[in-house]
Amino acid sequence: MERTSVNSETISSLEEKARQLRVDIVKTLHKSQSGHTGGSLSAIDMVAALYFHVMRHKPADPKWEGRDRFVLCKGHAAPALYVALAEAGYFPKEDLMMLRRLGSHLQGHPDSKQTPGVEVCTGSLGQGLSMANGLALGLRLDGSESRVYALLGDGELQEGQVWEAAMAAGHYKLDNLCALIDVNRLQIDGEVAKVMNVEPVADKFAAFGWEVIDIDGHDMKAIVAALEQAATVKGKPTAIVARTVKGKGVSFFENKASYHGVAPSDEELPKALECLGEQCNL
Amino acid sequence: MIATRDAYGQTLAELGEENAAVVVLDADLSGSTKTSVFAKKFPERFFNMGIAEANMVGTAAGLAAAGKIPFLSTFAIFAAGRGWEQIRQSLAYPKANVKVVATHGGITVGEDGGSHQSVEDIAIMRAIPNMTVIVPADGPETAKAIRAAAAYKGPVYVRLGRNKVPTVTVEDAPFEIGKGTQLADGNDLTFVTTGLMTAQALAAAKLLATEGISARVVHLATIKPLDGEILLKAARETGAIVTAEEHSVVGGLGGAVAEYLSENCPVPLRRIGINDRFGLSGKAEELIKYFGLMPADLAEAGREIVAKKRG
Repeated sequence: MERTSVNSETISSLEEKARQLRVDIVKTLHKSQSGHTGGSLSAIDMVAALYFHVMRHKPADPKWEGRDRFVLCKGHAAPALYVALAEAGYFPKEDLMMLRRLGSHLQGHPDSKQTPGVEVCTGSLGQGLSMANGLALGLRLDGSESRVYALLGDGELQEGQVWEAAMAAGHYKLDNLCALIDVNRLQIDGEVAKVMNVEPVADKFAAFGWEVIDIDGHDMKAIVAALEQAATVKGKPTAIVARTVKGKGVSFFENKASYHGVAPSDEELPKALECLGEQCNL
Repeated sequence: MIATRDAYGQTLAELGEENAAVVVLDADLSGSTKTSVFAKKFPERFFNMGIAEANMVGTAAGLAAAGKIPFLSTFAIFAAGRGWEQIRQSLAYPKANVKVVATHGGITVGEDGGSHQSVEDIAIMRAIPNMTVIVPADGPETAKAIRAAAAYKGPVYVRLGRNKVPTVTVEDAPFEIGKGTQLADGNDLTFVTTGLMTAQALAAAKLLATEGISARVVHLATIKPLDGEILLKAARETGAIVTAEEHSVVGGLGGAVAEYLSENCPVPLRRIGINDRFGLSGKAEELIKYFGLMPADLAEAGREIVAKKRG
């Protein structure tokens, strides 16, 4: 499964990109003192692979017709999307420092009306995969080769609409759609398995007619290989079930439900940056 | 006599011919909502989403993001009710170019009963920013309203009915979103109505005319945005308003008119509609009588409000 056309140099540079984006997430959230740290850090390796290797897109022309579409279904991980968009050049990196502030185009949850590069409005959990389906259906009608990537959380799978959408994607054989499930095993109230168990996630998607690829969501080589494999699947959508660690990269955030919606404090910032191999000169 | 849903089905099929961007979604009720006419002609642009309204709304939002003009249909209670938060988040918030055309609005759904009779949809759709809310009076107006909705860029909620209704609007009059139409002139009071209640108000005005009471009838096909100009003129010139709708008196047409006039030109006002209760099983014409939506009921309200005005 981990065979990929990509050389180890590319993998290393994507790993470094993900590290930089983690630094940006931590700095951005520290500045805003509001937002979702844990789920942004668990998803960022996948976001990095998509925006800096897999997806066809033109940051200078956000509405370019030939682009692939990304839907951040778990909209609270907006910082992960925003740092990638800024790094790619959709808007200046300084904008990140205005996250969640009045007058900023960076809303608490993704808003397609305000932020260049954001395709649809998400944030109310459970609705994103339906929108990804609609994008995939519309692109297919046009004979487009563009692909649609949807990133969901595992807690989000508790929303019934996700399974309506999973059923529809299987029914309509949306092979231009790839869902990535960020299985970080934690939600606001604690362990997903204890709040409302969603496992077996892979079996559920398979039962709805999806190709399923199970990976370590922090193994860059595995992520790239899975995304490449998904692009070759015909006649059905692909779900990449990515096993991740909430808060990944900052040791004292890792696997803590309490960091779901909490920003790093002044005290935590230098320690967090140190964990990420970054000098703190703030 | 034609049901507004039949006019919709026909117009939608015509639009499909004229514009390849028009796509249609339904939730297992295409025979009832009449989207089946489109589905037969353009199967590749019709998506039956099964009995899953929330996903249907989100899928329509995605299709709109891909440049399509999606029309989605099911009964009003399932479209506006089940899909409310999806309509809010996925359609209205991004101003998605999606048309929610809900059929079987109100109590004239009939025998299926209160579970299927939406008497709250106008209120809850109207409360959402960016939404346009349209309730046509008859078949010809429905055809024009559907075309106007297709031409408008943004989310629109159109509420249609199950049963055949008489044509009361002027067939060659243009339709403009946000503009009301005066269908009868009068000086003593104004009936402000929407949907099938416009026909009832025109009949009520005739009853009152025999008694020397001159009632104006203003039909508001668009409830949001509200035509303040025509309301202000009616309030100033007739000094008394009776609203009538096949919907709860809470938050719908009556609520919208009361909000507007109480701030801009307060005059005696009465709201005719479903009095904050659920519907019931029965034949449509029996229910119209039972819930007090007959011309005689409107005429009685007219007499009362004119007496009140004259003090």
